[in-house]
Amino acid sequence: MSEPEYEFPVDRTAILTFAAAIGETNPIYWSASHAKSTPLGDVIAPPTFGVSSAHWNPNYGLRGTRKIPPRVEAPQPTETKARSGGGGGSLARVLHGEQRFAYHKPMQPGMKLRVTTRPGKAWEKEGKKGGKLKFTETITEYHDASGDLVLVATSVGVLTEKAVEQ
Amino acid sequence: MTVLGNPKLRASQLKVGDTREAVLVENLTRTQIVMYAGASGDFNPIHHDETFATKAAGYPSVFAHGMLTMGMTGRLLTDWLGDGVLREYGVRFVKQVWPGDSLTAKATVTAIGGDGTVEIEVVTTNQNGESVVAGSARALLPQ
Repeated sequence: MSEPEYEFPVDRTAILTFAAAIGETNPIYWSASHAKSTPLGDVIAPPTFGVSSAHWNPNYGLRGTRKIPPRVEAPQPTETKARSGGGGGSLARVLHGEQRFAYHKPMQPGMKLRVTTRPGKAWEKEGKKGGKLKFTETITEYHDASGDLVLVATSVGVLTEKAVEQ
Repeated sequence: MTVLGNPKLRASQLKVGDTREAVLVENLTRTQIVMYAGASGDFNPIHHDETFATKAAGYPSVFAHGMLTMGMTGRLLTDWLGDGVLREYGVRFVKQVWPGDSLTAKATVTAIGGDGTVEIEVVTTNQNGESVVAGSARALLPQ
């Protein structure tokens, strides 16, 4: 599913909270004075920070986009699948299978990135315990104000037909 | 290609087979998972809503975003090679990471190019030695 492009303003508070969440202790992610003493000149975003553009994506599927997510009414499981997973509707059946990033320029505060998303490859495979696994690639490109490519993020989602293997 | 970022070492200081290991987290807390949900914007309830994860989805508990493990694993790469020097970084999410898990990442140099390109293989394992995330990275360092 193609999404409209949107702007992702990179700011240092978002970088700080993201870096803290992944347990970073590297001052390059928050100390402007440290960053000034390096060739980078200013703080940078951690390598996986690009995914947090989700906050600015008006069509983001995993909820919480600039609003309080609504309560998910748990669907009645047709059978209990303790320790096997895979129930609970599409939120529980879609797994993140793979993620790749290609870096072209450091991502830094003040950048106003133009984010565009397009579908990539799609393929199917038989799961180990039977049931089809559907793989879908989504390619997200981040360009800065001068039109230069900053980041390409490729995500592979896996839709499971049956219970998820643990 | 020009070297970007703030490299910590030169490609010539590395050789194929060099490894680096780091403990990423000990006894992962639900609090950290929630911090990651807030920072990333990924509010899939399977990562923070215990009732949804167990009763509706049939998992033993909530589990960490794969991207949290990928993010933590990235620390090993940047702590070793430098800030802003990665050109590519990709992983497969092999196994779920649960609250209480302790994770260790190991990176190995698999190739070094004449232009300063360094290829790295990276695997993160849990306390049972099971791999949870596996992938590779490419960095450009001064020769």
